[in-house]
Amino acid sequence: MLITFLSKAVEQAIPLLFGSTGEIITEKSGNLNLGIPGIMYMGGCAGIMGAYIYENSVAVPSPFWCILIPLLSSVIGAGFLALIYSFLTITLRANQNVTGLAITTFGIGFSDFFGGSLVGIMGGDGQLSVVTSASYFKKSLPFADNLGRVGELFFSYGFLAYLAIIIAIVAAWFLKRTRSGLQLRAVGENPATADAAGINVTKYKYIATCIGGIIAGLGGLYFIMDYTGGSWTSGGFGDRGWLAIALVIFATWKPNIGILGSFIFGGLYIAYYYTGNLGRSAGELFKMLPYLVTIIVLVITSMRNKKENQPPESLGLPYFREER
Amino acid sequence: MSEKRIALGLRNITKVFGDKYANKNVSLDVYHGEILSVLGENGSGKTSLMNVVAGIYTPDYGQIFIDGKEVSINSPKDAFSFNVGMIHQHFKLVDVFSATENIVLGIDDGGFDLKKAREKIVQIAEKYGFIIDPDKKIYDMSVSEKQTVEIIRVLYRGADILILDEPTAVLTPQETKVLFNVLRRMRDDGKSIIIITHKLHEVLSLSDRVAVLRKGEYAGTVITSQTNEKELTELMVGGKADLNIHRDEPKNAATRLTVSGINCKNREGVTVLKDVSFEAKAGEILGIAGIAGSGQRELLEAIAGLQKLEDGEVVYIDPKTHEKENLRNKTPLEIREMGVRLSFVPEDRLGMGLVGNMGIVDNMMLRSYRKGHSMFVSRKEPKNLADEIIDRLHIVTPDAETPVRRLSGGNVQKVLVGREIAAAPTVLMAAYPVRGLDIGASHTIYDLLNEQKKKGVAVIFVGEDLDVLIELCDRIMVLSGGAVSGIVNGRQTTKEEIGLLMTKSKEESANEQ
Amino acid sequence: MNNNGTTINKNAQQIHEPLFQVTKRAYTTWQKAWIIRAVAIAVALVICAVVIVLVTGLNPLNVYGTMFEGNFGTERKIWNLLREIAMLLCVSLAVTPAFKMKFWNIGAEGQSLIGALASVACMIYLGDKLPNGVLIPVMLISSVLAGALWGLIPAYFKAKFNTNETLFTLMMNYIAMQLVAFCIVFWENPKNSNNVGVINSSSKSGWLPVIGDQKYLLPVLIVALLTAVMFIYLRYSKQGYEISVVGESQNTAKYVGINVKKVVLRTMAISGAICGIAGFLITSGVDHSIRSDTIGGLGFTAIMVSWLAKFNPIYMVLSSFLIVFLEIGASSIATDFKLNESIADVLTGIILFFIIGSEFFIQYKLKFHKRDKKEA
Repeated sequence: MLITFLSKAVEQAIPLLFGSTGEIITEKSGNLNLGIPGIMYMGGCAGIMGAYIYENSVAVPSPFWCILIPLLSSVIGAGFLALIYSFLTITLRANQNVTGLAITTFGIGFSDFFGGSLVGIMGGDGQLSVVTSASYFKKSLPFADNLGRVGELFFSYGFLAYLAIIIAIVAAWFLKRTRSGLQLRAVGENPATADAAGINVTKYKYIATCIGGIIAGLGGLYFIMDYTGGSWTSGGFGDRGWLAIALVIFATWKPNIGILGSFIFGGLYIAYYYTGNLGRSAGELFKMLPYLVTIIVLVITSMRNKKENQPPESLGLPYFREER
Repeated sequence: MSEKRIALGLRNITKVFGDKYANKNVSLDVYHGEILSVLGENGSGKTSLMNVVAGIYTPDYGQIFIDGKEVSINSPKDAFSFNVGMIHQHFKLVDVFSATENIVLGIDDGGFDLKKAREKIVQIAEKYGFIIDPDKKIYDMSVSEKQTVEIIRVLYRGADILILDEPTAVLTPQETKVLFNVLRRMRDDGKSIIIITHKLHEVLSLSDRVAVLRKGEYAGTVITSQTNEKELTELMVGGKADLNIHRDEPKNAATRLTVSGINCKNREGVTVLKDVSFEAKAGEILGIAGIAGSGQRELLEAIAGLQKLEDGEVVYIDPKTHEKENLRNKTPLEIREMGVRLSFVPEDRLGMGLVGNMGIVDNMMLRSYRKGHSMFVSRKEPKNLADEIIDRLHIVTPDAETPVRRLSGGNVQKVLVGREIAAAPTVLMAAYPVRGLDIGASHTIYDLLNEQKKKGVAVIFVGEDLDVLIELCDRIMVLSGGAVSGIVNGRQTTKEEIGLLMTKSKEESANEQ
Repeated sequence: MNNNGTTINKNAQQIHEPLFQVTKRAYTTWQKAWIIRAVAIAVALVICAVVIVLVTGLNPLNVYGTMFEGNFGTERKIWNLLREIAMLLCVSLAVTPAFKMKFWNIGAEGQSLIGALASVACMIYLGDKLPNGVLIPVMLISSVLAGALWGLIPAYFKAKFNTNETLFTLMMNYIAMQLVAFCIVFWENPKNSNNVGVINSSSKSGWLPVIGDQKYLLPVLIVALLTAVMFIYLRYSKQGYEISVVGESQNTAKYVGINVKKVVLRTMAISGAICGIAGFLITSGVDHSIRSDTIGGLGFTAIMVSWLAKFNPIYMVLSSFLIVFLEIGASSIATDFKLNESIADVLTGIILFFIIGSEFFIQYKLKFHKRDKKEA
């Protein structure tokens, strides 16, 4: 049962990990993107829409396109929303909180609208569902079944799960060990300094926010194509987007800690199934834990006031070079 | 050297902010292998001109030539590509990065090798005589260490034209000496150094030529060896300036404020005031001199109830009843409620003394809004006061409701000083009240302080210009490293004496350690 | 020669002028500001029309007609519109003092929900013990206290340790939601429905009284009163003045002897308390029930309402009307043309993007580059 619990926790962790890695990259550029929940919905919805349109336009869907089309649609959908956010907050210097919330409204609305009515618009019937494509997304590593428990715990997931971990590790390495990572962090800490050093602040902010959004969108894609097996339910993604933002704080803006954090959050999210006969009420309290833990981390880091664990210094602030 | 070649040429540079000219048709040249001072009063457009060269501002009009070729500098990156580097007055460093990380920021030379960068930094430091720890985080550094990082960064990029904006404002005389030696070595190396300053003695001791700006316009260039302080001042101010400050003999100088043995720590737990004791007397101006950051701000804030005292007393003696009130660790509100009329003109006018986005009326209210038991504020009295101050101090503003941040520096200061004086203080503290003001506005402020002195107010004046301190103040207390290194008579002292005191106890305590 | 050639090349490349230059406007007249906003909304409506046509193939004019109809069609619809405006406005009023203080309270959702929870708890546990005349004030007070507490927790940590309030208040929303979900397990009716149902449906105990034969008249009046009070509080009261000073500069506030921590705590208590009132009105006056999404995102929408109105309660009447009008209009489009009702959020989102973007053109001006080059 422990193995089942752990592997279920991992399944819960993956969307959060995508979301938080994306948001960390975004926040490192100084943009607090509260549109991430909407962007994650969008990533999932665009993916399933792409898959549905493809599955309905060919007789025999090929595995290659079944994976590539949803992936590309997801990237385009999430990237498009992140681009709107970037344009409004970076070029037009709008308030980040307000813009982010508007993005979330739009993203969730868009997804629920098309998720619920795409089938009707295309002249079909019933629920939006893409079983064929989803089966390719769910495909676990070929040798997983032969390895028993170890296989179940480590190799039983679809490829996106591994991608999430790889992206998080690469992001951690990128931020810490590369020139561009250093410059990105400088932009988020102190854009005026970065600017004076000749770094193109606008470019970094745009790229980080868009790539961050795309990564977060993959979290939505994983949820739809792998976790739910390719069928759309309105509001099914729930509050995972906000949980991903919480995870950023929990991880103190470090993607590698985010991996561990996502497993903890994932475990807490489903822990109540495995706590015996505590009942539904206890389950709801368990679901509260990730948020509670995040608040505790937030308070402790602010109390300890250690420079390295603080949010990027100019997080949430617009930058205008000629301000005076 | 045969013929000097022009490294940087500016032609008709014009920069407008809103409807104000920061620079108007400024043209000047800088040669290879020289140190050029750009001299001007505060607000004369020195910094904005150099920001144009460094790519921070885009000029509205005009041309820039580097080595005789016209260039367009639209960003700091462009500036670097022409080997122009600027060291800003407010350091542009990322706090959580190390010196090395800050220095390589923004350079793309292919690989990313911090170890190699570190070696190159050590080399540069050795060549010009800097002392630096490449791995130290910026937030652990002193001001002069940060400045060193800034200069090395510019050299690391191979800058041939270095612009330094008021580099000595934050340095001790010793540190200044070291810096000037480094700059001279760079000049001899063929680099062009532009130093922005308003301190005449620095100009005269360091530079080869001086370019003077006045109210955003170019006023002329002179060769340092052929000029003197008087000529430079006249160029700066335009016409002959009466630089004499009026000073009366103090009358009935009764002790108003006794500060004894106060100690104070800042947020990081560093001691910023060490056993400071002095008396402020009614009807006299007590000057406070010292290198920037020697505890001046903390001292005034401690008296005003804005700093927690570790130790010591601040005792106020009431002019009428002669009763003693201990102000130690009272909040500003409690001090007022005790009936102590203490006015304070802080250094940071728009960040502390006033609210930039509010009009003059609402800013007048800051001091008086609590009056009365009503839940609501009354804007009638503040409005009258605002009108009175505008009228009496000749404040230039569209109306009393215009946000004060839109006013010029001098007018902002008049609003602040006007309000503080309107409270009929018995103690008036002013920190750098003429910083950023032109000479005319500065004299208005000196006159106001003298007027308060005449009324029997104990005036405490923190200044940076020693000439002004010596001409204005009755007594001058010198702070060094948070401790009092001496109190001298303003009528008998000299700049040299104060200068020595400014660094005295620091050396002594360094010897003790 | 070769060397020379590359230099020229380099220069030719580098004399590129930016297409335009952005500068901050010194001053914008309010007429100009409103014209810019009106243009933005008009453009947004055109884009929305295009979206509608693309998705449904309907005539957009018909669709906008439906929108209008959905809002003002019948007396009942008008009252629904008023009720929705009142609820959104109430939460918007709540967040405004905090925002004026630059305290980014995005926890209005949770603060309102916890207020609603307190009201509902009173309805359930005291419904048959107290007469309405006592019960309703008790509900109101407990909602106000609960909301204020929910606001005070992040405010305390902000004041004490400077803990990031945006993230803290955001997390508090979900704690409130889980708390409600937890309570629903005990209150659900019928069992295992995960639904509380209408509380005290026969006794109507704890229901806000109906005045003037209009169910929503009383809540609307309460919010109208609250709007006036908040306007006066922010503009004319000493506390309102303190909020502005703290919001503009904490150093100035300390300098004039304002106890910043006290103001932060007091303002957040007020902010949370008004959210509590909103929660009370929603449960006692409208829903008579509770779900974990009872507030339905009002807490987030309120942020936009308040921000669009530049934190002025009177303008907030307009901005909340605009948003509610769009939402009701869009959802009547959805029902009339058998669309999924999420289309409302899509259209609202598009219009918000344009309004948010238009603020830039109010604050900044673009200057297209035409730099004359004089020969030296």
